[in-house]
Amino acid sequence: MTAFAPLADLDGVTPSPASSAELLNRSWLTDLEDESIHIIREVAGQFERPVILFSGGKDSIVMLHLAAKAFWPGKVPFAVMHVDTGHNFDEVIEYRDRHLDKLGIKLTVASVQESIDKGRVHETPGQSRNPLQTVTLLDGISQHRFDAVLGGARRDEEKARAKERVFSVRDDFGQWDPRNQRPELWDLYNGRHRPGEHVRVFPLSNWTELDIWTYIAREGIDVPSIYYAHEREVFDRDGMIVAVTPYTQPRDGETVRVQSVRYRTVGDVTCTGAVSSQAADAAAVITETALSTISERGSSRADDRASEAAMEDRKRQGYF
Amino acid sequence: MPTTAPARLRWKTANVRGISNHMPGQLLRVVTAGSVDDGKSTLVGRLLHDAKAVLSDQLSAVEAASERRGYDGADLALLVDGLRAEREQGITIDVAYRYFATARRTFILADTPGHVQYTRNTVTGASTADVAVILVDARSGVVEQTKRHAAVAQLLRVENIVLAVNKMDLVDYSEAIFDQIVSDFAAVAGNLALPGFTPIPIAALAGDNVVDKSTHMSWYTGTPLLQYLEEVEPRESEDVPARFPVQVVMRPRSAEYPDYRGYAGRVEAGTIHAGDKVVVLPSGRNTTIEAIDTPDGELTNAPAGRSVVLRLSDDIDIARGEMIAVDRDPRPSVVREVEATVCWLTDRPLRAADRFSLRHTTRDVRSVVDAVLSKLDVSTVTSNPATQLELNDIGAVRIRLAEPIIVDAYSTNRSTGAFLLVDEASGATVAAGMISGTS
Repeated sequence: MTAFAPLADLDGVTPSPASSAELLNRSWLTDLEDESIHIIREVAGQFERPVILFSGGKDSIVMLHLAAKAFWPGKVPFAVMHVDTGHNFDEVIEYRDRHLDKLGIKLTVASVQESIDKGRVHETPGQSRNPLQTVTLLDGISQHRFDAVLGGARRDEEKARAKERVFSVRDDFGQWDPRNQRPELWDLYNGRHRPGEHVRVFPLSNWTELDIWTYIAREGIDVPSIYYAHEREVFDRDGMIVAVTPYTQPRDGETVRVQSVRYRTVGDVTCTGAVSSQAADAAAVITETALSTISERGSSRADDRASEAAMEDRKRQGYF
Repeated sequence: MPTTAPARLRWKTANVRGISNHMPGQLLRVVTAGSVDDGKSTLVGRLLHDAKAVLSDQLSAVEAASERRGYDGADLALLVDGLRAEREQGITIDVAYRYFATARRTFILADTPGHVQYTRNTVTGASTADVAVILVDARSGVVEQTKRHAAVAQLLRVENIVLAVNKMDLVDYSEAIFDQIVSDFAAVAGNLALPGFTPIPIAALAGDNVVDKSTHMSWYTGTPLLQYLEEVEPRESEDVPARFPVQVVMRPRSAEYPDYRGYAGRVEAGTIHAGDKVVVLPSGRNTTIEAIDTPDGELTNAPAGRSVVLRLSDDIDIARGEMIAVDRDPRPSVVREVEATVCWLTDRPLRAADRFSLRHTTRDVRSVVDAVLSKLDVSTVTSNPATQLELNDIGAVRIRLAEPIIVDAYSTNRSTGAFLLVDEASGATVAAGMISGTS
C-alpha cells in the first residue's frame, strides 16, 4: 500500500527505511482519515445545503482539510460558517481569513454581537459570551436553511459527547435528545430529517486530541500561532492561566506575569485558558500531549467546569 | 491544496520521523456487553485507568462525584456514564465510545448497556466490532442476557468473543466456579455455532487480570484482558472480489481538470487494483480500473476500508448508489427481494405489509415487508414461527423492493449484506437487517 508515497519529497529529507515502512504500513491514522472522508462524502450524497462550522480551532481546521481531501480534485461543495462571539484571539481571526482565502472559500459569519444588538440574546456583564453562541448558531442555520451542520466535536473530549452519534438529528428547536437517538450501525448513516429539522454531523467523532496533533504533523497543516509556545502576559484565575486581553483583565489580587504558554483549545477568549508549554512545533506538542496528565477541556475550558453535566445541558439546547 | 495542485503533485507531507514513537499499529474496535450490575462500566473504567487513559483531572472529578454520593473510593463507572440520567440511576443507557492506545495498538471501545430494553445499543456497538467482550457475574453465571449478547455477537458476525467472568473476588477466586461458567457458555456457543471464544477470569474492581495478571488466580494460565486485546488478530481482509459502492461522482469541470470524471467511495471488501476488470451494477456494463486516485497520489491498489476515487477506462454514466465490483466470482446479486434477519429497534411492532425506506450501501429504496417468517427465542436459541416482531426482537423477514439493490449475504460481506429500515414519516432508524438469502 502506498498511502503516503511521497516520502522522498520531504524537504530534502530521505527517511530511514524503518520510518517509511511504518508509514507505508496502514496506520490507525489512515483508518481514521478514510472513515472521516467517507462520512463527509455521505453528507454530500444525502443533503442539499450542508455547512461546515469553522472557528479557526484545530479540530475545525482538520475537518476542513479532510473535506478538501474528500472532494479532491473538485472543490468542497459546502458553505463554511463561523459563529463569532466577537471575543477572539487576534491570531485566530488573522489565521481564519488567511487560510480560507488560500482555499478560495467564502466565509459566512454568524455574529453573537449582532444577536445582542438585535435583542435575540442578552449579555450578562462580566460573563462569557460562550453560551450565547447557541442562539446565534440556530439563527444562522435557519436563516441559511442549512440541513446538515458539520462540527469538529470529538467523543473523547467530554463524557456527554462520548454518547453522540456521527449523524445526530436536531429538532425545530435545535435540541439534542440523548435518550432518543437513532441507532447508528455499520457505516450506514441515516440523514433523513423532516422540514425544520437539521442533522449535526461529526466526522471527527473517533479522533482523539493526540490523533489530531499527529495528523497535523503528518499532513503539515498550518494552525494559528497560539497553538504553539509563545511568550504572553497572563494571570491565574480559578486554576486556569488566563491571557491579558481587552475582554479578560486582571482583577484585584491577580498578578500579571510573562510566561511561555500555548493553547490546547481555542474558543471564546473569556472561557479559554492557556497551558504552560515550551512546544514550538507539532512534534513537540505531540510529545507534551502524550505525557500530559490533564485533559484538554479540564486544562483550558471554564465552560465545562460549571457542573458534572455542563456539556450535556448545553448540547441539549443546541450547542455544538 | 488539491483545488490548485497539478494532477501528479502530491500533498505536502511533513517529516513525521520524530513522532514515530507515538504511532501504534492498527485500530481495534471492541464492544463490551453485560447484564445490569455485572460491573461493565467498572471494567471499562479500570481498563482506561490502568492503561493510563484516564487523566488526573478526570479522575479527581470522579473522586469528587463518588464522595458526594457517599461511596468508598472512586467509582470508576462514573468515568463512562456520561449522561445525568445514567449517573443518577447508576446504569448505562446509551453506547459510550471510549478511546485509548497502548504502545501496540489504538482501541475504540463501544461500551453498551446491559438492560434488555437497550439491546438495540448492543447491536449498534457490535456492528463495527472486531472483538466482543461479554461480561458475566461469577456469582450468577450465564443468564438470559448473556445468551442474548452471544446471539447478537454471532448474528452481527463479531469475529472474536471474550467471555469475561467478573467479580471473581466474590467467589474466592474459585477455579471450579469459573470452569462451570465456561462450560455453560460453551453450550450456548455450540447452539449458536459461534466460531469459538476466550474465557478470562477477572475482578474489575481491584483490577485482577484486566491489565495486570492476577496474583489471586495462579490456576489461570492465559493472558490478562488488555494483553489479549493487544494480540488478537482482527478480521483479515479476505481474498474476496472487491466491492465499491459509489458515493459521489467527481466532475470538477475546473480549468485544471476540465474533463476529469472519477467515482468517489470506500472499498467495502477485498482489494481493488489498478488494471482490474470490473462490472458496474445494476447496469452490468464492463470496464477496467484506469487509476486509483487520492489527493496524496495514485495508488496501485486499495484494500477494504480505503476512501479513494476510481477512474475507469470507458466513459460510462454512473450515479451515486451504483456499485463497481471486480468482475470475477462470486459476483454480487442484483435483487428486488431479500430474506433477512432483522433486529427490531422501535416500540411499535413490525408486521407484514409495513412500508419503509431501505438504506443499503449508498442507496435508498422503498420497500415493503412481504412476511414476518420467524422469531428467535434467545433463551433456547431456537427460531419459532411468528407474525410480528416487538422491540428488541430478532427475527427473519422477507422484504420486497421498489428498485434493485446490489448485495452479498451478510455472512460473506458485512458491508454489502447489511441494511437499515427507516420510517418514512419520522426518519427514525427502526431496524438493522442482515441479508441471508436473495431471490
